Amino acid sequence: MVLFIVAIGAIYASPNLYPEDPAVQLSGLRGVETTAATLDTVKSHLDENNISYANIAMEKGQVLARFKNTEEQLKARDLLDDIMGEEYSVALNLTPATPSWLASIGGTPMKLGLDLSGGVSFLMEVNMQEAIVKVQKSLVDDFRTGLRGEKIRYRSVKNTNDSINVQFRNAEDLEKAETFLSKQNRDLLFVSNEDNLTLSASMTEQKLKETREYALQQNITIIRNRVNELGVAEPLVQRQGKKHIVIELPGVQDTAKAKEILSATATIEFRLVDTEGDLGAALNGRVPGSSQLLKERNGQPVLLKKRVMLTGDHIVDAGSSFDEYSRPQVNITLDSAGGNKMSSNTKSNIGKPMATVFIEFKPTDRVDSEGNTIFEKVEEVISVATIQARLGKTFRITGAGSQAEAHNLALLLRAGALVAPIQIVEERTVGPTLGAENVQLGFQAIMLGFGLVFLFMLVYYRAFGIVANLALGANLVLIIGVMSMIPGAALTLPGMAGIVLTVGMAVDANVLIFERIREEIREGKSIQQSIHQGYDAAFSTIIDANITTLIAALILFAVGTGPIKGFAITLSIGIITSMFTAVVGTRTVVNAVWGGKRLDKLSI
Amino acid sequence: MQILQLKDTVAFMSYRKVAVLLSIILMAASIFSLATNKLNFGLDFTGGTLIEVGFEKTADLNEIRAIMETNGFDDAVVKFYGSSRDVVIRLATREGVKAEMLGNQVLDILQSGTGDNIDMRRIEFVGASVGDELAEQGGLAMLTALICILVYVAFRFEWRFALGSVIALFHDVLLTLGLFSVLQLEFDLTVLAAILAVIGYSLNDTIVVSDRIRENFRKIRVGGPEEVINISLTQTLSRTVITSITTLLVLAALFFQGGALIHGFATALLLGVFVGTYSSVYVASSIALALGISKEDLIPEVIEKEGADQEEMRP
Repeated sequence: MVLFIVAIGAIYASPNLYPEDPAVQLSGLRGVETTAATLDTVKSHLDENNISYANIAMEKGQVLARFKNTEEQLKARDLLDDIMGEEYSVALNLTPATPSWLASIGGTPMKLGLDLSGGVSFLMEVNMQEAIVKVQKSLVDDFRTGLRGEKIRYRSVKNTNDSINVQFRNAEDLEKAETFLSKQNRDLLFVSNEDNLTLSASMTEQKLKETREYALQQNITIIRNRVNELGVAEPLVQRQGKKHIVIELPGVQDTAKAKEILSATATIEFRLVDTEGDLGAALNGRVPGSSQLLKERNGQPVLLKKRVMLTGDHIVDAGSSFDEYSRPQVNITLDSAGGNKMSSNTKSNIGKPMATVFIEFKPTDRVDSEGNTIFEKVEEVISVATIQARLGKTFRITGAGSQAEAHNLALLLRAGALVAPIQIVEERTVGPTLGAENVQLGFQAIMLGFGLVFLFMLVYYRAFGIVANLALGANLVLIIGVMSMIPGAALTLPGMAGIVLTVGMAVDANVLIFERIREEIREGKSIQQSIHQGYDAAFSTIIDANITTLIAALILFAVGTGPIKGFAITLSIGIITSMFTAVVGTRTVVNAVWGGKRLDKLSI
Repeated sequence: MQILQLKDTVAFMSYRKVAVLLSIILMAASIFSLATNKLNFGLDFTGGTLIEVGFEKTADLNEIRAIMETNGFDDAVVKFYGSSRDVVIRLATREGVKAEMLGNQVLDILQSGTGDNIDMRRIEFVGASVGDELAEQGGLAMLTALICILVYVAFRFEWRFALGSVIALFHDVLLTLGLFSVLQLEFDLTVLAAILAVIGYSLNDTIVVSDRIRENFRKIRVGGPEEVINISLTQTLSRTVITSITTLLVLAALFFQGGALIHGFATALLLGVFVGTYSSVYVASSIALALGISKEDLIPEVIEKEGADQEEMRP
C-alpha cells in the first residue's frame, strides 16, 4: 500500500522532469473561433516564411505551435501577430513537453508562481462608493419621472450621502408619494417626516449588497475581455474578498502597456444605419458627409449615420434570455432620461435598422509631445437590428445569433456603462532574470537542506537513519506529486521555503519514534517490544504536534495572498505527507527488515 | 551516536525562577523596543513603490541618488540588495501622481540617466489602503491561530497546559518581533508567514513535552509534580535538541542559499526556533506548574476509566 501511494506520487511528480517547449498560442478575439482552417492558415504562413516548427495542433480551442528554440518562436510570434493579430490573440507560451501517456492520466508539471516564472500581478480595487452613488443618481431620475407621471407635486429631489430626499409642499402630496414610491421600489426603505415635509429613501442592506456584487462581477467580466486581448498565455482574473480583483499575467514584461489596457475606457453608442447611402460607393472612398463607414465583427462593412441616438452611459442593465419562440435575445434597461431619449428618437424611425457600436480607447505605441500615450479610438459594430416599435426604458434585441453571442453582446453593452471605476492598488512585477534566479536559489536551498538533514540522520541513527531518509525522499516526491495534481496550486519562492522547512520538521516524527525506541531498549525491554512500543507511544504525540502545526498553516492559507498562500500550501501538504511517510512508511520498512526476527542488537 | 546521554534527571524546574525572570525581562525589553523603535515595516504594510534593478557592473549609489533627486524624487531610499550590482529604490506613496505608473517612470529615468543597460528585476507597488488591510489581516491571523490552538490543546490536554502553551507562543512571537524591532530588520509579509510558522514549530515542541508530562503523571506514582516535570523534560530533551538541529540545518541552508528575498523569512524562523525551543522547556511547563497542575488533573478517575473517556485511553 505504501509502495503504491509513493509510486502514484512519483508518477504525478514525473512531468516536472520534462523540459518545456517554446510555443506560440493563437486564440480568437471577440467571438472569432479558431478552427481547423485557422490551423492550416498558420501552417502555410510559417511554411512560406521558412520558419520551422516542431508541431502544430489544436488544444483546448486554441492553435498551439511548438518550436525547437526561442529564436524561431519569436520570429513566428512577430509574423503571426502581423498577419493575424487583428482577429487573434497571439501569445508566447512555454508548453510542457509531457509525454502523452502521462498527460492522458492528468499528469501535468507544477505551475510556477509569478515570483518564479516572471510576470506581473495586479490587485485592482472597485470603487464601491461610486457604484452606489451611480445607482442613487439613477433613482433620483426615476423618482422625478415617476412623481411627474403620477401628477404628484414636489419641491425637490436631492441625493445625499446615503439617502435620497424628496421635499414636498404639503402633507397630502407627501403621503401620496410615499404610497406610490414604496410600491414602485420595494428594495428601498422610506421614512417620511411630516414636520418638514420630506420623504427620505435609503437602500436596504440587501440592495447595497447586490449593487456592490454587481459592480464587482461586471468589472471582472470586462477585465477578462481586456486581458484576453493582451495576448498572455495563461492569465488569471479572480475576485478577492469583497471589492478586489486579482490579475496575474505570467511572462508579461511591458507592464506599462498592460496597465493602460486594463484601465482603458469603453463606451456604447446606438446609431441609425444609413439605408439611403450607397455602400458600394462608400467602400470606394465616397462616404456621405453625414455618415461613417464601420465594420461589423464578421468584417461586413456597414454605413452608419454619424448622429448618436443614445450613449451607453444611459444603460442601467443588460442581460440575455430567450424570447417566446425560444430564440436568444438581449434585454436592455435604460435610466429614465435614456428611456425618454430613446422613445423620441425611435418614434419616427420604426422599421429602420439600428446599430450598436462598441467604442474602446486603446493605448498605442506612439506618444504625444508631452510624453503621454496616444489613445486610439476603436469603433466596432456589435449588432444591427430593426426597430420594430417605439422603444422606451426597456427594450430587447432579438436575432443576435446564438445564445453565446447574445450573452456576449449583453456583456459588451454593460461594459459600455461601467458601474464603478477601478483602480490598481497593488502591483508586483518580477523580471525574467530574477524569476530564473529564484528558481535556482530555491532549488539549491532545498537540495542543501535535504543533504544536510540526510547526512545528520545517517550519522546519528545509522541503519534507522537510512529508513528515515527513505521516508524523507518519499515525502519530497509526494509533496511534488500532490502539488502537481492540485490544479490551482502554484509553486512560489516562499513555497519552496515551505518545502525546505518541511524537510527539517518532517524528520521530527522519526526522531520522536527512534528516541522512544532507544529509551525502551535502555529500560531493558526486548528489541521487538521496543520497536513496537516506540511506534505506539510516539503516535499520539506526533498526531497532536502535527495537527496544531496544520492549524497554523491553514490559517495562513485562509488569510494569505499570493506568495504567502504558496508557503501555506506546501507547508500543509508537507505536514500531511510527512505524517504518512514518517509513521506508516518507516514502519513498513522497519517491519520488513527487522520484523519477526530475534534480535540482540539494533543499529539505531 | 548519541549527543546527550543523560543518566540523571536534570532539575530543570529548580531554575524556573531564573528562567521566568529572564523571560519577563526579555518580554519587557521587546515591548519597550516595539513601543519606541517600532517595527521597520516593509512595503507590504506601509504602501509605496519599490523598484529593484540589476546593473551590468557595480552600481554607483550616489549617482543613482543624484539622478533620482534631479527628477524630483528626493525621498527615494536607494540601497544595495543582495549584491553590489543589485539596487533597490523605495519611494513613499505620494499624492497627485498616478502611483501605479511610478515604477515604470523610475525605470525610464534610470535608463536614460545612467546610460547603462539596466535590467528590471522587480517592481512592487502597494497602495496605502492595501497596506493597512494587510496589517490588519496579519494581526487577525495571528490572533485566530492562537485562539484555535488554545481551544485544541485545552480539548486534548487540560486547560493549564493550553494556557501554558499559548503563553509560551505569545512569548515566542513577542520576542521574535522584539528582536526584529531592536535590529530594525525589515518586517514584511514573508516575515509574518515565518512568525506563524514559528507558532507551529514552537507548539510542536510544547505538545511533545506536555504529552510526556501527562504520560508520566500516570505512570510514575512517586514524587511531586515538579519532579515528574523534571523527569519528562529530561526524557524529551534529546528529541528536542535533535529536532532543533535538523530544523536549524535547513534554515541555515535557506539563510545562506535562499537569496535576498527569503532572508527576512529565514532570519525570523532562525530566531523563532531558538526562542521556541527554550520556551517549550521553560515557559509552558513553568506556567502549568505555577497554575497548580497535579496528578489528579491528568489521571481520569477510576469510575470514569471504564471507556468513558476514549481519548485518554492508552495501550
